Amino acid sequence: MFEINLGHYLTLSAIIFTIGVAGIFLNRKNIIVILMSIELILLAVNINLVSFSVFLGDLTGQIFTLFILTVAAAEAAIGLAIIVVYFRNAGTIRVEEIDKLKG
Amino acid sequence: MLIDDRMIQGIFFYIFALIAIVSAIMVTVSRNTVHSVFFLILDFVSISCLFIMSGAEFLGMIMLIVYVGAVAVLFLFVVMMLNVAQQENEWFQSKKSKEQNSSHIPVGFLISTIIFFELIVVIGGWKLQPEIFSNLKPEVMLGTTNTHSIGSVLYTDYIHLFQISGMILLVSMIGAIVLTYKKRVGLKRQSYVRQISREKISGVEIVNVDKNKGVKIDV
Repeated sequence: MFEINLGHYLTLSAIIFTIGVAGIFLNRKNIIVILMSIELILLAVNINLVSFSVFLGDLTGQIFTLFILTVAAAEAAIGLAIIVVYFRNAGTIRVEEIDKLKG
Repeated sequence: MLIDDRMIQGIFFYIFALIAIVSAIMVTVSRNTVHSVFFLILDFVSISCLFIMSGAEFLGMIMLIVYVGAVAVLFLFVVMMLNVAQQENEWFQSKKSKEQNSSHIPVGFLISTIIFFELIVVIGGWKLQPEIFSNLKPEVMLGTTNTHSIGSVLYTDYIHLFQISGMILLVSMIGAIVLTYKKRVGLKRQSYVRQISREKISGVEIVNVDKNKGVKIDV
């Protein structure tokens, strides 16, 4: 049980991924929490890549984790800028009140 | 009972994984948004401890710097700037759809549990291809540190992707500035184009001033 192998890391990443997906589905109030759930999903992907890279002895996974980190930082910056602009225009960022597109 | 290195590693793995999972749950369920950001920071810190423990220490440190130092602080800034910390983060109530008793909650639970069990099935049943070990390309060099070997691969084989990721960062920076830039009206500021393209004829205007009336000269 205390022998840590690849399956442990993959299970951890599956749990965190599911928590992130559930956070997106079930959150009804705050769009910033949805952005944080997206960060959790990207974190789960990073755990997968790093654990495969470490256990196989291949560095490609860690390189791609670096790129995912870059894209995640850019995505967080752009998403938060969009939220700030929307709040300035509409005065609210509650998920249920963002219905201008009538979706 | 003999405690060896593997057992200590296992204990630490379980501690960090437990902290990570609990804080990930708290990110999504906590009612205060500032608390969610704090739990997100705790999650990133414990995951980067896991990375360092499993041998990817460069990525663990980069996770600390990028996520905890930049992204989480950005989230905190936005939460404090928009003053939504008191906006409660509730799952099961929605003000508009209280009467129609929103149906997305059971569907969301169902879909996320299905995703979880699918992932568990995949993790339980997968196997490595036997020929994968023969064509692993950038292997970890023995006798060098993790940072050294990542650098020697990243700046040779993946240099174009590295530069493209730099372009992505530049574009996102410009995009964030352009999105949040607010042009104020009624503000007098210098316009070089208007200054240079100004002619003598349009610059001087002769007005007939009526007696005891004055004239408005502000353009």
